[in-house]
Amino acid sequence: MFLINCPFCGERDQSEFSSGGEAHIVRPKQPTELSDDEWAEYLFMRKNIKGIQFERWNHVHGCRKWFNVVRDTSNDKILSVYKMGEKPPVSYK
Amino acid sequence: MKNKYSVFSLIKNALSQHENWQQAWGNPEPKKEYEAIIVGGGGHGLATAYYLAKKHNLKNIAVLEKGWIGGGNTGRNTTIIRSNYLWDASAGLYDHALKLWENLSQELNYNVMFSQRGVMNLAHNLQDVRDLKRRTHANRLNGIDAVWLNTEEVKKFCPIINTSPDIRYPVMGGTLQRRAGTARHDAVAWGYARGASEMGVDIIQNCEVKGIKRNGDRVEGLETTKGFIKTNKIGVVAAGHSSVIANMAGLKLPLESKPLQALVSEPVKPIIDTVVMSNAVHAYVSQSDKGELVIGAGTDSYVSYTQRGSHNIVEETLKAILELYPIFSRMKMLRQWGGIVDICPDASPIISKTNIKGLYFNCGWGTGGFKATPGSGDLFAHTIANDEPHKLNAAFNLNRFVSGDLVDEHGAAAVAH
Repeated sequence: MFLINCPFCGERDQSEFSSGGEAHIVRPKQPTELSDDEWAEYLFMRKNIKGIQFERWNHVHGCRKWFNVVRDTSNDKILSVYKMGEKPPVSYK
Repeated sequence: MKNKYSVFSLIKNALSQHENWQQAWGNPEPKKEYEAIIVGGGGHGLATAYYLAKKHNLKNIAVLEKGWIGGGNTGRNTTIIRSNYLWDASAGLYDHALKLWENLSQELNYNVMFSQRGVMNLAHNLQDVRDLKRRTHANRLNGIDAVWLNTEEVKKFCPIINTSPDIRYPVMGGTLQRRAGTARHDAVAWGYARGASEMGVDIIQNCEVKGIKRNGDRVEGLETTKGFIKTNKIGVVAAGHSSVIANMAGLKLPLESKPLQALVSEPVKPIIDTVVMSNAVHAYVSQSDKGELVIGAGTDSYVSYTQRGSHNIVEETLKAILELYPIFSRMKMLRQWGGIVDICPDASPIISKTNIKGLYFNCGWGTGGFKATPGSGDLFAHTIANDEPHKLNAAFNLNRFVSGDLVDEHGAAAVAH
């Protein structure tokens, strides 16, 4: 349980948000040309990192907008929040 | 067995004030090389080592555990054992485990306190009723005992349930598996550890794996906090940390690790002599031999390795418990804890070879691995020893996420464990 600083509404309780999992998984440009392995990679395989993870969240009980979060999954500390479409902060790469 | 436990050994040791019991398992330093190394000293890992030594004649095996044995999810679950899964593959897997449970105390000469007190799953809406009836039929076709109970029969089987039609999620019936029940979770780890240690398995605690050494497409050994250990076969049974180990070998798994919580109440006199689960309201409860209510809550929705879990999840579970069991309204909860569970997209486990030779994974048990401990160990040992899956775990391979042949147990099979 932690607070998330929604870029649109400010700091709110985590229970107002819904987790969208790993961020920056690019939707395939040409799905018809994907092999089974590539589909598996896109749909199912996840980094599931213990440590600094880039992820998507939705403020589902608030503004209902999606945005990105950088969070340390080993202690749930949020390091950065940035809007959809923005480049991830380089310092955590 | 060197130190067979029996009523006579109990009397003999009572005469010396129980001060002369021998250590149940050894505490060796790692050797330079092993035939096979199991990463993870929980119930599944220890069972794997036990069956590798017992059924497949491997003599030189180690189990590496970063903490102490049984200190992870084995010691954190709510000890429920059942096999009433929907699909044939799951039914085969979990009923194999249930059959091993039935004779496990004798097999290990260690009382795992397996108690076939029955598990009842409640239905709270018409779709639940249809799904659970369908599952009852599927179970019976697979030779697994299952019966449908209507609301009156539910009330008769567990009188403290509130079956009033006026509650928010009224009880519309339920299924019952009488062979299901609970066991003492620590005893399972300790029993397997003792049995494995007796056959020469080295159980190495406080030894964390830091890296996997690869030579091309095969494994050569493990970097650990106790130095490099050579081996050609690595079986990873690391539950919530499976992805962490997989990443060391440059492998990605279809897993997300999330905190799952449980809590126990203050101990009271016997009040509930079965296990009652309810998926719709997400609450399940049983009573331990000490008298505590053992309550399972849900997972957090996000990836985390914190072993804590959020307060709002516990709150929702307790709300549901109170509506179903008004008698518990003044109970005090004593302890709450979390464990990290590795969840597969299809809510079924992975017991599989990988595309790296000598590297095997047993993971993805998600919220319900305890019940499968003996079966999982047996089948994983078979897979490692023969480099081929047993027919009972063939469907639970890693390749199913590529082929699309998923074993989809979400929702349909009482996935709240």
